[in-house]
Amino acid sequence: MNHEQHTLLKKLLESYGPSGNEEKIRDIIREEIRDYVTEIRTDTMGNLIAIKKGSGKKVMIASHMDEIGVIITGIDEKGFLRFSNVGGVSPYVSLGQRVLFQDGTLGVIGMEDLENMKDLKLNKMYIDIGAETKEEAAKKVQIGDMACFYQPMAVLEKNIVSKGLDDRIGCFVAIEALKRIQSSTNELYFVFTVQEELGLRGARTAAYGLNPDLGIAIDVTSTGDTPKAKPMAVELGKGPAVKVMDKSVLCHPIVKKMMIDTANQNQIPYQLEVLEFGGTDSGAIHLTRSGVPSGVLSIPCRYIHTPSEMVSKNDVENAILLLTKILEKPISI
Amino acid sequence: MPLKLLKNLTEACGVSGNEDEVRNLLHDAIAPYVDEIQVDPMGNLIAVKKGKEGYPRILLAAHMDEVGFMVKSIDDNGFVKFVPIGGIDERILISKVVQIGKNKVPGVIGAKAIHLQEPDERKKTLKPNQLYIDIGAKSKEEGEKLVKRGDYISFSSEYIEYGDQLVKAKALDDRVGCAILAEILKGHYASTIIAAFTVQEEIGLRGAGVAAYRTDPDIAIVIEGTTCYDVADIKEPDYITQLGHGPALSILDAASYSDKHIRNRLSRIAEKNNIKFQFKQGTAGGNDAGRIHLTKSGIPTATVSVPCRYIHSPVSVMHKQDFQNCIRWIELFLESIQKEEWIYES
Repeated sequence: MNHEQHTLLKKLLESYGPSGNEEKIRDIIREEIRDYVTEIRTDTMGNLIAIKKGSGKKVMIASHMDEIGVIITGIDEKGFLRFSNVGGVSPYVSLGQRVLFQDGTLGVIGMEDLENMKDLKLNKMYIDIGAETKEEAAKKVQIGDMACFYQPMAVLEKNIVSKGLDDRIGCFVAIEALKRIQSSTNELYFVFTVQEELGLRGARTAAYGLNPDLGIAIDVTSTGDTPKAKPMAVELGKGPAVKVMDKSVLCHPIVKKMMIDTANQNQIPYQLEVLEFGGTDSGAIHLTRSGVPSGVLSIPCRYIHTPSEMVSKNDVENAILLLTKILEKPISI
Repeated sequence: MPLKLLKNLTEACGVSGNEDEVRNLLHDAIAPYVDEIQVDPMGNLIAVKKGKEGYPRILLAAHMDEVGFMVKSIDDNGFVKFVPIGGIDERILISKVVQIGKNKVPGVIGAKAIHLQEPDERKKTLKPNQLYIDIGAKSKEEGEKLVKRGDYISFSSEYIEYGDQLVKAKALDDRVGCAILAEILKGHYASTIIAAFTVQEEIGLRGAGVAAYRTDPDIAIVIEGTTCYDVADIKEPDYITQLGHGPALSILDAASYSDKHIRNRLSRIAEKNNIKFQFKQGTAGGNDAGRIHLTKSGIPTATVSVPCRYIHSPVSVMHKQDFQNCIRWIELFLESIQKEEWIYES
C-alpha cells in the first residue's frame, strides 16, 4: 500500500456512514474517481453510480458504502440516550465502545446493572454523551440520529484492522480497480450502494435502473481460521474468495468460472467460499427484472461487525488485481 | 365529515384479501374529488387527481385491510374452527365478538369457563387452534348453512367517541389512514396526487408494491395507524408514540429508512405551522413504505402515522386531534411543493 492508498483507505474507514447516512463516504468516493469515469451521478436512493462507457456487455460492480451502527430511540431525563441497532449489532460487542455521530459528537456505550450477562440486550444499554439533562443532550442528538463505531484504522505488518472494513474495503477495491483498468470494451457500472446492512436495498433499485447483463458484488466474507471458529474453509491471507453461495445468492456458474479462470491465467491466489449465513448485494442484483447472472468477489475478514474487523493487505491487493483483470477482458455471456 | 367516514370504515369488514366493503365505501367517498379511479388486479383502489404540468406525481398510500381470521372448518357440534390472518395477540381472543362472512353471522370466541380450569390451565394462553367460534349452531349441517370454509371473520366492534377527544374502534390500523387520505383528496394541489388504498398489508405488504410499480410516482407518503404504548409506567422510548402528542414521523423500522428530504420538509412544515408532531421511537415493525421505496429504481418515501393504542385488537384507540393534525400536516406538505421539485431523472 503506497502513501496515497493509505490516506484514501484511512479516510474511507474512519468516516461516518451508517446505513442511510452514506453522504460523507459518497463525497470521498466521488472526488476520488470522477476523473476516471465517463459519467457519475447519485440516484434517488443515494447510490453513487460511476460509468465507464463501452460497447460490450453491461457489468454492474457493487460495493456498499454503509456500515452497521446504532439509532437513537429516546433520551431520558438525565441525558442518557437509548438506542436500537442499524444492521447486525451485538450487545456484547457494543459494550464499552465509543460511537460517533454525524456532527462529531462522541458517546460511550454503557449498560444497566444486570445479574446475568446473558440478559444483556441493546434495550438494557445506553449511550452516554456526557450530557446532564434531556435538554442538554437534545442540543446535540435527536431521536432518529445514527452513530457508528469510533475506532481509528490500524495497520499491522500483514493486516489492516478497523471498523467499517465491511464494506469500505470493497469500495476501496472497486476504486483501485476502476483506476487501474487500462482499457475495456465492457460497459462498466461501478455502483457504491446504500443500505446494504438493512437488507440489500440500494443494490436492488440501482440494478433495476441500470439493467445490467452481469453483476459482481465486492464484499467481505467470514473466515474459519481462528481458534475454535465455526468451520469454514476460508483463511486470511490465502487470497480473495470467489463466492459459491451464501444465504442470499447461489453465484451463477458463468460468473464463478470467469473469476476462477482469470485468477488462474494471471497466477492470482484465490479461495472458494461457501458462507452459511449472511448475504450481500448480489442477492438483490441477481433477482432484478428477469434475472441477472451474478457473482461475488469476497475479501476474507475476521471479526466482522465489530469495531476491529481485520483483513489481509495481500488479499486486498490480490482482490484489486483480480477484479481489474476480470473487467479488462471482454465479457461474453 | 372525516370522522363520519372513519366510523363507517372501521365498522366495515376488511380482513386482508377481503377488502371489498371498505373499497366500496372509499370509492363512493372519493369519486367526486378525483379525475380517474380504478381497481387494479390485486384489488388496490387507485385514484388520480391531476395536477399541473412540471409538478411531481405524489403517491399517498393507506392500507384498507385489517387483521382478522378465516374459517378453517366446522366441527360436528357446529362450532367454527379458525385461523388467524395477520399478526394477532393470541391472549386477547377469548370472549371476543366476531362476525363471519358476507352475511356477518355473529359469533363469540369461546373457551372453558374459569371455574372449570385447573390452576395450570389458567397460566397458559390458549392457541387459536384450541379455540372455537360459537355461532349458535347445534350441528355441522346447521353450521354449514350459516358459514362456509374460507369465509372471512372480523372482530365486531362499534365506533365510539369517549373521554377527551378519544375514539375507540377496531381496525384504526389503517382505516384512520384511509379516512385521512380520502379527506386530503378534497383539496386542490399543483402536484398530481395518486391515492392508493392498498390491500394485504397485514400479511406482508403485498398490495403496495404493485400499486407503486403501476403508478410510478416521484415520491410517496404512507399514512398509517401505528403502535402507541404510552400507558401505566411505560417510559421513553418503549411507548413508541404518545396519544395526543400529534401524528408521528417514522425514521427507521424493519422495512424502510424514511427519505431524509421528505422527512426534513415535513418537520420544518410542522414547526413553522405549529403542528404538534412526534418522532416514532423504536424500530420494530414495517409498513407499505417497505415495498414502495424499493420499487423500480427507488421511490423516496416517508411514513406519517396516527398513534393508536391497542392496535390489532377489537379496541384500538386514537386521539381526534392527532387525526386532524395529520390531515393538516399532509395538506401543508402538498401545498409546499414547488415546480420541478422532487422530480428525479432516472
